[in-house]
Amino acid sequence: MTRARTLFIWAAAVALNGCGGHQQSALDSVGPQAGKIESLWWFFLWLLTAIFLIVIFATLWALTRRHRGIEQEPLERIHLPSGETEHRLTRVVAGASILTVIILFALLIASVTTGKALSELGPKKQGITVEVTGNQWWWYVRYLNGDASRIVVTANEMHIPVGRPVMLRLNSNDVIHSFWTPNLHGKRDLIPGRVNTEWIEADHPGRWRGQCAEFCGMQHAHMAMWVIAEPEDQFERWMEAQRAPSKQPSSASELRGRDVFLNNACVFCHHIAGTPAAGQVAPDLTHVGSRLTLAAGTLPNTKGNLGGWIADPQNVKPGNHMAQIDLPPGDLEPLLDYLESLK
Amino acid sequence: MRKLAAAGIAVLALISWTLTSCQREKRELRAAPVRRAIYGDAARQSELQPGGPQTEPQVTNPDHANAWSISEGQRLFEWYNCVGCHSHGGGGIGPPLIKKHWIYGGQPANLFDTIVKGRPNGMPAWGGRIPEYQVWQIVAYVRSLAGEQPFAATPVRTDELEQKPTTIHNKVQGETR
Ligand code: HEC
Ligand code: HEC
Ligand SMILES: [Cu+2]
Repeated sequence: MTRARTLFIWAAAVALNGCGGHQQSALDSVGPQAGKIESLWWFFLWLLTAIFLIVIFATLWALTRRHRGIEQEPLERIHLPSGETEHRLTRVVAGASILTVIILFALLIASVTTGKALSELGPKKQGITVEVTGNQWWWYVRYLNGDASRIVVTANEMHIPVGRPVMLRLNSNDVIHSFWTPNLHGKRDLIPGRVNTEWIEADHPGRWRGQCAEFCGMQHAHMAMWVIAEPEDQFERWMEAQRAPSKQPSSASELRGRDVFLNNACVFCHHIAGTPAAGQVAPDLTHVGSRLTLAAGTLPNTKGNLGGWIADPQNVKPGNHMAQIDLPPGDLEPLLDYLESLK
Repeated sequence: MRKLAAAGIAVLALISWTLTSCQREKRELRAAPVRRAIYGDAARQSELQPGGPQTEPQVTNPDHANAWSISEGQRLFEWYNCVGCHSHGGGGIGPPLIKKHWIYGGQPANLFDTIVKGRPNGMPAWGGRIPEYQVWQIVAYVRSLAGEQPFAATPVRTDELEQKPTTIHNKVQGETR
């Protein structure tokens, strides 16, 4: 491909990026908190734009107006302004300083008021509670339930019912991460050894991308997650499907794939409900086939990507904590069939 | 001018001095194929050697004295649940690993064997499950528990309650392999 063509495609991709649904944007709020944050943002934008324009025009005016001093030929080496000019200058500078302070205070008050309104905003309805735990570099997601058999565990993806508050309990297993889905809410840190809480609510169905917003090591940039808001009945169907143990292999290849999984190190790290694989330090794979992405939003969940990931995880996310395992030839294909079947 | 040159030299010296510590942190994120088959089945189960003694293969731990590998080993020691039996080195069902006198030998090759092949009184065989490059990382970490890693490369801060003899009888780099 010629360089011009490559450039054009890049430019087009960047430009088109803005069109697609705003799946990760604080300026397309879908929740009560994000709405307030968005208003604050616009208030800042308009006020500061006005100030910027005023300053620019004032500067231009000062530059272009006829300067009285110029007429004094030749220029005096020490040009002292008259007493009256001196006086005017003092007044203008003092006035501008006071105005600046007032504007800064106005911004401060607007910001603090929004923060206060956000913290006082309580959910209006009974909601569900979800535990989100940060790990280097993926998200553990658990839907709490009084009945232990109805708890749902997944990773890097959170389904929520539209119009119902979702209480988040945020924690971390290693370093500080931060949960940030700009369409729904601001950032909230996940701190090891303490539980931070916040609640979110989506007012219409959709998919929004969230991202870790606190630098957490090598693969911080590849630590994303999707929040998927669905109508209540669809959400309940999803929960029911996630609650079920893993699907039993239904073909010879899938059966072999399960054996490959169970005979390798995979079982130490990953959990697949209904099999002896009971690892707790990596994403739960019980329903991995039903997820949108792999490796915390890094790859779309396709068979090819899954194969690439398992064959060489350090190529996709250098430094991530998944072991590099050399499978004998002929083992990868059945393994992929099996994992794909875990809907 | 002289002052400027002196300052320049000082800065250069400082930079090169800082760079000397890079080796300690070298990260080999993707184990190369050779690295993954470095040991094979070099260890013997019997002392008898038909046809006269062979030269022993020299086995060195590629992860020796590498701070990053040792900390990876530390993580894997938990992830693969060695802590379930050995606690954080203090011992439980399994013997303590903070020690100088090993039942089955404390050289890297012995530890590798212990982990890969298991030991009769209850140490499971992890071979075929834990990839070799990670076994070496764990070996490096276990040796750090026993103070057999350079102090500069040994993880000294963990969240667990554990004892480290590193400060007591730490050996210098090069003396142990
Ligand atoms: C040492 C622990 C460990 C072992 C062993 C391991 N994994 Fe993983 N695996 C991880 C971690 C950690 C992640 C998350 C990586 C990330 O996104 O940063 C992961 C991610 C994955 C994912 C993507 C899951 C998702 O939802 O994003 C799949 C699929 C997977 N592993 C399959 C396997 C298979 C198959 C094996 C065995 C051949 C295996 N893993 C062995 C730790 C491990
Ligand atoms: C099920 C419990 C169990 C687990 C899990 C376990 N060990 Fe052991 N380990 C033992 C027992 C018991 C012994 C003593 C064996 C003997 O004396 O024959 C032992 C012995 C050892 C020894 C030899 C000690 C010596 O003095 O020579 C080492 C090294 C060791 N284990 C490391 C590990 C590592 C590393 C892991 C994790 C990969 C691990 N162990 C996991 C139970 C366990
Ligand atoms: Cu993070």
